[in-house]
Amino acid sequence: MWVYGESRDGQPTPVTLELVSQASASGDATVVFLGAGAAGAAAVAGEYGAAHALVDENPVYDQYLALPAVDALASLVAARQPDLLLFATTYDSRDVASRLAARLGCGVVSNATGIEAVDGGYRVLTPWGSETVAVCEVTGGGTAIVLARPKAFTATHTGGSCAVEQFTGQPGAGAQAVQIVETVEEVAEGPSLADAKVVVSGGRGLGKPENFTLIEELADLLGGATGATRAVVDAGWRPYAEQVGQTGVTVKPDVYLAWGISGAIQHLAGMKNAKAIVAVNRDPDAPLLRNADLGVVGDALKILPQLIDEVKRRRNG
Amino acid sequence: MRIVVCVKQVPDPNAGVARIDPGTKRLVRDGVPNILDPGVEVALEAALQLAEAGGDNTVTALAMGPESATEALRRALAMGAHEAALVTDPGLAGSDTLGTARALAAAIKQVGFDLVVCATESTDGYSGMVPGMVAELLGVPHLSFIRQLSATGDAITAQRVTAHGYQTLRCALPALVAIASGSHEPRYPALRGIMAAKRKQIATYDLAALGLGAADAGEAGARERVLALQPAEQRSAGAVIEDDGTAAARIADFLQQRGVL
Repeated sequence: MWVYGESRDGQPTPVTLELVSQASASGDATVVFLGAGAAGAAAVAGEYGAAHALVDENPVYDQYLALPAVDALASLVAARQPDLLLFATTYDSRDVASRLAARLGCGVVSNATGIEAVDGGYRVLTPWGSETVAVCEVTGGGTAIVLARPKAFTATHTGGSCAVEQFTGQPGAGAQAVQIVETVEEVAEGPSLADAKVVVSGGRGLGKPENFTLIEELADLLGGATGATRAVVDAGWRPYAEQVGQTGVTVKPDVYLAWGISGAIQHLAGMKNAKAIVAVNRDPDAPLLRNADLGVVGDALKILPQLIDEVKRRRNG
Repeated sequence: MRIVVCVKQVPDPNAGVARIDPGTKRLVRDGVPNILDPGVEVALEAALQLAEAGGDNTVTALAMGPESATEALRRALAMGAHEAALVTDPGLAGSDTLGTARALAAAIKQVGFDLVVCATESTDGYSGMVPGMVAELLGVPHLSFIRQLSATGDAITAQRVTAHGYQTLRCALPALVAIASGSHEPRYPALRGIMAAKRKQIATYDLAALGLGAADAGEAGARERVLALQPAEQRSAGAVIEDDGTAAARIADFLQQRGVL
């Protein structure tokens, strides 16, 4: 099983290490890193279970979007034919995986939350609808592409090391089609949504964008981050960076507080692995209430200010 | 500039819980109101704004789906798309992402394009695979998660959302862009647009017209096979209480138990 690794400042991203650990659980895991810092990232991946690493530090991968990586992977996969190539469901990996699948005619399973090796192949678990999980296989032979959800697997430090092989990906001239002119980091205040211990999120049930000041105030008081559903992001109430769910951010905080959120699959996919969930919704049938450790049938706009006062009182008391 | 917007009709995400038919293992679409995908409305808005920014531009809405998907196309026309086309064929049922992309790419070639605009992902299937696949099959670059888009001559400049901020991208046409949800506020169709949309012809393509065979799309061509459906792992059910005025205190107690207050 292969993993397409992502790195940042020479370090594998957390989800990359999750995938490497998962891949190594079912045999020899090979990880591919492209671009600046690839070799350093490979060494770290070795400590999380990778047996082999293929690295190409050509800067072209960092200067042009997706296509150079697709070229490099396409020739690697054609030459070495892994059974399965695992990607993270992230912005960059989705671009590469989708094009590679179309170029090579690979079968694809998206949004995987589980992978098990069975005789001669793999079975992949992926949520279908809100209440069921599909057990899938990829038919027709060749390399299967699987995209896995962040935080679906656990990164395990084994302290091992991997054999690092330098290769030359030789992306074609056509791969330099989308130039990355500028990369801008937008530093948010407070803890990052993905890593926050407490996430306070709001949905359409809050009625209007102005009411999110209550969400912000509670998040501030608890030292947490603010989140939002796709519906309110689509409606322009909140920025895309706050979207918790299938696209956007996957969170696993100690406590997730959901206000006026019904619990569409799109949202559940991003937060149902929280250690604890508190949900407040007027609709007693809201799916999120069934997933909550503490569910409250009630008016979020009434309870939010009361809770803010209560938190302040207990803090000062 | 010829702009083609990929359009999808989906079960209304606000109408309840998405269910899977245990027999066909496909999404249940009957009895659920179908709408133009809200993410597509955002993408269409981005395309319309680009088309209105100047020059001689046409926007064609292209959907794949059953005959009833014409409703989504009429909505797109009412919002301001100039033309609409539907890829429909019984043989397309059960297509996987690559089969869907093959059908869309073949139709886009027939319509003709300088720029293809998609949503980042659909609201029902949400694999996010189709835009990149369509671009690959068309042999054009694709720019994903775009929140801002402008065209100058035969090139586009775009702002792409990343996990840590954004990137500015530049690319020559032809190309495909996938628009990030929430990046543009979709316009509400005016009555005049709705009336005009009803009179417009919608071109249709079947598999034969696209030069595709049974192995290219539909259930026969699908590589992802569902072996079984099992109930999603439910979290152990907690307490559900009715707010009787003490809910805030109960939540505060819970936060203290969990050590976050």
